[in-house]
Amino acid sequence: MKAIKILFIVSLFFLTSFSQRLSFAQDELSADDIIAKSRLVFYYAGDDMRAKVLMELINKDGQKRVRELTMLRKDYEEGGNQKYFMYFHKPADVKDTTFMVYKYPNKDDDRWLFIPAINLVKRIAANDKYSSFVGSDFTHEDVSGRKPDEDNHALLRKEQLNSKSCFVVESIPKGTSGYTKRISWIDESNFLPLKEEFYDKQNKLYREFLAQEIKDIKGIFTITKRTMKNTKTGHRTEATFQEVEYNLSIQDDVFSERYLRRPLLEWIR
Amino acid sequence: MDKVRILSFIVSTLILIPMVFAEELSLHGFLQTNYSVRVADDNPKGAKQGNLILGEERIQLRGSLYPSKSKIGAFVKSDFYHDWAEEDWAFDFREGYIDFIDNKFGLRIGRQIYTWGVGDLLFINDVFPKDWEAFYSGRPLEYLKIGVDSAKVDIYSDIVSIEAIVIPNFQPDDLPSVGRFHFFDPYPNIQNREVEKPDSAFEKVGNMEYALRLYRYIGDFEFGAYFYKGFFRAPGMKADNFNSPSAISHFYPELAVYGLSLQRNALAGVVSAEYGYYDSLDDRGGKERGIENSQSRFLVGYQKAFPQDFTVGVQYYSELMYRYNQYKDNLPSAFAKKDQFHQYITLRLTKLLKYQTFKLSLFTFYSPDDEDFLIMPEVSCNFTDNLQAILGVNVFGGINDNTALGQHNKNDNVYVTLRCSF
Repeated sequence: MKAIKILFIVSLFFLTSFSQRLSFAQDELSADDIIAKSRLVFYYAGDDMRAKVLMELINKDGQKRVRELTMLRKDYEEGGNQKYFMYFHKPADVKDTTFMVYKYPNKDDDRWLFIPAINLVKRIAANDKYSSFVGSDFTHEDVSGRKPDEDNHALLRKEQLNSKSCFVVESIPKGTSGYTKRISWIDESNFLPLKEEFYDKQNKLYREFLAQEIKDIKGIFTITKRTMKNTKTGHRTEATFQEVEYNLSIQDDVFSERYLRRPLLEWIR
Repeated sequence: MDKVRILSFIVSTLILIPMVFAEELSLHGFLQTNYSVRVADDNPKGAKQGNLILGEERIQLRGSLYPSKSKIGAFVKSDFYHDWAEEDWAFDFREGYIDFIDNKFGLRIGRQIYTWGVGDLLFINDVFPKDWEAFYSGRPLEYLKIGVDSAKVDIYSDIVSIEAIVIPNFQPDDLPSVGRFHFFDPYPNIQNREVEKPDSAFEKVGNMEYALRLYRYIGDFEFGAYFYKGFFRAPGMKADNFNSPSAISHFYPELAVYGLSLQRNALAGVVSAEYGYYDSLDDRGGKERGIENSQSRFLVGYQKAFPQDFTVGVQYYSELMYRYNQYKDNLPSAFAKKDQFHQYITLRLTKLLKYQTFKLSLFTFYSPDDEDFLIMPEVSCNFTDNLQAILGVNVFGGINDNTALGQHNKNDNVYVTLRCSF
């Protein structure tokens, strides 16, 4: 009986110290951990994903252009290789165009574009990750993510943003990049980035990302409305993710030349 | 009358089908004007509208119907246009096919466009018909390709995927034509010439054209193997006497092509390589004067993207002629003499501006052996998602007027396109 009591006390001790360590860990998450975790929840949510994305490209005069596409994503390793497939519904002159990306965190992507008017699958150079994605304010890197170890991160502070507790992390690129400094407001509860500021060589803010709507999609918190604004030109892009679904078991061969030429209707509708 | 009937058929179909398959039907297209004007006033014989090489208003309609849960679908793309140079109205049925789709198999029957190989405006294993007149006169790039009436079978597998095509009716390249272009003719005084196209394979079974493409990944390489058996798309020549002919006719000699291509990310860009052996079946000995000798054709290409939406592409292309001595010994004096090695170097620069609504591009061909070139700068602007304007120039030049590009020396043209998509 005594032995059981001792065992109970000992296990209680271990349990409390363990849970203390846990809460300690939560408190003391490093900036690197926060960014790494944020990247996983933002770019690697689920094992795969399908979404219909509506992008409105709006210039400072309010003139609007529209990109509507269906995006499929499949992860091969958490934080590692991914494949993306995009089918364009709008505008009319690019309808039926498809775009496929094999994303490798440690080297340049493989990218293909299918041009239906001449039935051509064209391989395109992909070392331009800071250039605009389909003419929007988002770069290719904004769409598919950036490796955490490409920047040095520092936790600046914690603060409330729209009554949500956030980590505020500063990221300075180790090499050349599209920006010289990025400040991210990352929701403490779900690690999604709620706001990001990008600074240029003159240390001036030139782009600002805002998450405007977050939905719980079968347990996965997802930014369903986001805006990237170029604060210098006044141009902004509002992206709405509709019909988001996760863990659909998208087959591997969907990401192939075959479906680039003729996408499977069940996926792109 | 026929046109009216076709038009009313298309219109009624377009009205009826949406009522049945509202969700699966897609209907798009554009309205377009496209003009091309020769810069110099020196117009070729037979020019109908002075300097106007191309002048047209065009409507394109694209309709597709792929019902969900059905394995069958269809696509149609047809143009209707007014041509100022010919002062005529015409249909251009560009594509139209039916698809049968299955798990590891696909069949497509009808008029379709094929684009093979890894070259950028240099074609080795892309043996399908092209409209060079459209290309040289500044029509949008899609008009370089001509749809062919054909059947295509696709077989998809992890080991290798296969695309197999049969073409029963031969379709040649559209080459720059009398009245619109100056071009080199070794026998300008002989007017009447017959052009003899291969009979349809429905009449002569042996005339069926076959094209096969095998493709797969090997490591990081995208690998393609190609086979073609058919005909040269540019005509050969027959003459009663090549030195002073009184009668000439054109025909399309038999051709087989065996080729390979490779492509992968490398050197911080994309590297491409392609090879094709052109087996001139009607002139393996190299002595036939009016038929091209067998050749090996190679190309290597490299493209790289730079920050701020700037991309650069360079290619080196070469043709090696076999039986060159036989060629030289039998070459008619009126013909342009080719080098055994015929080469091109191409350069493509593309710069996108203003959120990719403004595009500056340049494509150049230069041949160091023929010493001729083609320079094609172009500006295009998307005013809105649906309204696009393109302005460009084709500048030809060369030290001789009988080489592939040099013969177009007087054809320099400025072109403009305005397109409204819907």
